[in-house]
Amino acid sequence: MVTDRFEQLAPAYDVIVVGGGPAGMAAALGARETGAERVLIVDREGEAGGILHQCIHAGFGLHWFGEELTGPEYAQRFFEQVVEHEIDILTDAYVLDAEGDLGVRVMSERYGMRTVAGSAVVLAMGARERTRGAIRIPGQRPAGVMTAGFAQKLVNQAGYMPGKRVAILGSGDIGLIMARRLVLEGAEVVGVYELMAHANGSNRNIVQCLHDFDIPLHLSTTVSRIHGHERVDKVTVAPVGEGYTVLEDQGSDVVCDTVLLSIGLIPENELSRELRLRLDPATGGPVVSGSMETSRDGVFACGNVVHVHDIVDHVSEEAILAGRSAGAYATGQAPKPDNVRLVPGENVRYCVPHTISTEREHVVHMRVTRPFEACTLRLGDVHARPLRYAFPGEMVTVKVRPRILKEFHGDTLKIDVVPREEGMSA
Amino acid sequence: MRYDVIIVGAGVVGCAVARELSRYRLDVLLMDKECEAGFGTSKANSGIIHAGHHGDPATLKGRLEWEGNQAWDRLADELGFGFERIGELTVAFDDDDRRTLSELEAQGRDKGVTGLERWDAERVRREEPALSEEIVEALFAPTAGVVNPYEACFTLAENAHANGVVTSFEDPVISIDRIDDGFRVHGRNGTVDGRFVVNAAGLFADEIAAMVGLDGPTIRARKGEEYLLDKRLQGYVKRLIFPSPTPTSKGVLIIPTYDGTLMVGPTAHWALKDDLTTTAEGAAEVFEKVRRLAPGISERDCIAEFAGLRAVAEGEDFVVGATAVPGFVQAAGIQSPGLTAAPALAEMVVEALKDEGLALQADPEFDPRLAPPVRFATASAEEQAALVASDPGYGRIVCRCEIVTEGEVVDAIERGARTLDGLKFRTRAGMGRCQGGFCTWRCMELLSSEADMPVPAVTKRGGGSWVVLPREEAGRGH
Amino acid sequence: MSENAATETRHYLCTGCPLGCRLEVEALDDEIVEVRGFSCKRGKTFAYQEFTDPRRSVSTTVSVDGGRWARLPVKTAEPIPKPKVQALCDALHEIRLRAPVKMGDVVMQDALGTGIDVVATRDMPVGDASVVGA
Repeated sequence: MVTDRFEQLAPAYDVIVVGGGPAGMAAALGARETGAERVLIVDREGEAGGILHQCIHAGFGLHWFGEELTGPEYAQRFFEQVVEHEIDILTDAYVLDAEGDLGVRVMSERYGMRTVAGSAVVLAMGARERTRGAIRIPGQRPAGVMTAGFAQKLVNQAGYMPGKRVAILGSGDIGLIMARRLVLEGAEVVGVYELMAHANGSNRNIVQCLHDFDIPLHLSTTVSRIHGHERVDKVTVAPVGEGYTVLEDQGSDVVCDTVLLSIGLIPENELSRELRLRLDPATGGPVVSGSMETSRDGVFACGNVVHVHDIVDHVSEEAILAGRSAGAYATGQAPKPDNVRLVPGENVRYCVPHTISTEREHVVHMRVTRPFEACTLRLGDVHARPLRYAFPGEMVTVKVRPRILKEFHGDTLKIDVVPREEGMSA
Repeated sequence: MRYDVIIVGAGVVGCAVARELSRYRLDVLLMDKECEAGFGTSKANSGIIHAGHHGDPATLKGRLEWEGNQAWDRLADELGFGFERIGELTVAFDDDDRRTLSELEAQGRDKGVTGLERWDAERVRREEPALSEEIVEALFAPTAGVVNPYEACFTLAENAHANGVVTSFEDPVISIDRIDDGFRVHGRNGTVDGRFVVNAAGLFADEIAAMVGLDGPTIRARKGEEYLLDKRLQGYVKRLIFPSPTPTSKGVLIIPTYDGTLMVGPTAHWALKDDLTTTAEGAAEVFEKVRRLAPGISERDCIAEFAGLRAVAEGEDFVVGATAVPGFVQAAGIQSPGLTAAPALAEMVVEALKDEGLALQADPEFDPRLAPPVRFATASAEEQAALVASDPGYGRIVCRCEIVTEGEVVDAIERGARTLDGLKFRTRAGMGRCQGGFCTWRCMELLSSEADMPVPAVTKRGGGSWVVLPREEAGRGH
Repeated sequence: MSENAATETRHYLCTGCPLGCRLEVEALDDEIVEVRGFSCKRGKTFAYQEFTDPRRSVSTTVSVDGGRWARLPVKTAEPIPKPKVQALCDALHEIRLRAPVKMGDVVMQDALGTGIDVVATRDMPVGDASVVGA
């Protein structure tokens, strides 16, 4: 995978994309589609591809490419298209801050400090992992406590093992995937401990990462203490009761030398804050319109920086749209305004985008607050759609077409998910 | 090898003593059991240079607080570490508190502390809008400041080293023999002789003292937990915020650290000397008390936590000076305001050594100045551009949360860092909101290439704190 | 059920969708008698497959020298029999490639006699992985 394919960093671009992971690459392609001639991707790693390079497992591309690919394959397919479409990629480069009216200040080994002007900017910085400090696990601070994603990079790219006997806190997919990975590489995984009463990751991962390797999953359990002065030597695991209170006296010690934390992702919005974008506290990311434009003209956002996704194909869809909007904006076509605000209603934690137009088609993403079997998705009182299931761990996607909103005349549309009444057919 | 002075303990006092002694033509050894200077109690300190009025002048710690406070501008200027007098507010919620403020104010004036001022509720609200509306009055002390205590230790030790002091880390003292004209100190790295020994061994000063046959003072550990908050709270309060003190404790504080990260704490409870655990009770206590000061602060803002152990001598005061053993001088029981008082303590120790017979002959080569390390994050845009132009290493980001460049990490390795914590505390890489998720691998690669160590040899902070295993070791015996 | 029969019931968690139906396969002398617990066709198919010939896709990494990274990610071109997964990973551990490598290059042909190749899942250009992998 060649990077830095271009010879000259231009002082100005039609569209600047911050972040060259799956979101950034798709956005750049989208921008080219709608007429942006000069498009630049800036990425802090040594190559574009983002987090996909360390996600060596399959599960990517079923929707987008119609085949199941591994993370690196998905990244490479996009990268080849990016190169083919003559998009500039500056790697080993970091956007320090925004400058003036849509410029960015970029630092890089190769070009030093440069201010690069853009007619439009797409934010695609992704998300970071929650760390120990976020949940304040009592105990000392020995070596051997790290996020599952960091361990993944160590194992899959650097070629080192984080330890020999590993406890994993959190049953999210990253933790489950790493459980399997570590066993295949010869380590022992003593258990996966999950605070909630249900697992967070997919059933496929539960089967293929835990059941296949006889790794126990302990629900309603947490790591209540980390022991070890210099290196982890054991953890105390304890059940949790009402309101997730830790029942420490019912805890027991588990000998291990490594603790992996798989406790959630946080959209990385420092640059968004610098740009003074409006953020949605429910997502942790910018408020975006139906064309993925933020609260600031000409600034668009897509991917995990807006809200944490489960499936990279959805990231690509969202990002292509953001890129197309940015490209159109840069070539003088401002996005048409939205006229309806989407509001998360019953059992819905958030919906993205935050506004839509009754004149255009949109893909709306949302997450429910609790698991549902047969349920109904309601858009205001103009549309109801049966869903076979809805789980917090699997983003719900609904295509909203103008004809669905034909009878809707308000400016705020509430989205609810409610249990399906008895007798309603599926 | 024979030294004039062997300093046991490279915490802030040991380092300050080393630097003072490096002004003279002497052979000095500074030794410590940790992998870096200040990695015992000093680095876990709150980083406050106290205003001067807090301590009772009937105690040594009370007397040295103001004297020590005044030395920090010059120290920071000479050694290039960050120091800022951000000022402090001690707040009152009721009449009892108001009375305490008056006592503090009077105590400060007696000692000569300058700038003390009473603020009414309205002024407090205006100047610090995030503070509780229930505050009725506050005592403002402009002389209070903040510093990163580990930076002070690193630079004191580096300057001492540049001026000829020999340093030895990961070198705990195992035993000491009294010999003719001095002491034979057996450390892990070898045996050395010294005419004089300075015991600045913090939590273990009593154990070191016992090695030469001294009886006391006993040192107990009082643990303090501290909680660091997300950087977006920078500026939430601008000054150090203290509740009205009780006889036993200064209380749980809001501390805008030098680099802007807000810190809340510490607690104060007796603990064992190896208990550096943070606890759920400690967190609850800190956030409950802090919310009383600033209702908008919550646990959800927390990004990291740590604990420190204060070395408390029986009698609760500093124990400084000569002892019953000729040539053996102590600076023990250095609890708060130990950091503040360190410059004054160092002078006291040197005086005591002189009284014990150490000849102090000024060294004309002594250079008090240490060039400050590059700090890309706080440099101006022009300075940043110039740095990158001078060395492309400054153009490559290592820590994106704190904006630390590869050039700075390489500089830190050149200045002696050999561990991840050594890099972290010198450059701030790993201190931000992602807590090392992005930068740790880069730091390990750089330690490996620049300090010529295989990656599995990189530790978090020396000793057994290994970070990764090569695949062969981790597996089923491949 | 006759007294000589050896019936067993195996339980599987269906991976077809988040509903996670608990599947039961009842078998007599290794022949499936009944499959229960599914709520759709996919679940039934999954249960049959898991009982008769469980297969898994394997992704892992192999050592590569002289490349941008010390490890090259690889995968089995198709799922292989589940019992061979660990042995395959152990065998791949012995391989040491040299950059450059192209996505799709065969790293191990006919892995462990399965007839299925193990292939590279990315290009690995020549580069400076500053530390040679373990």
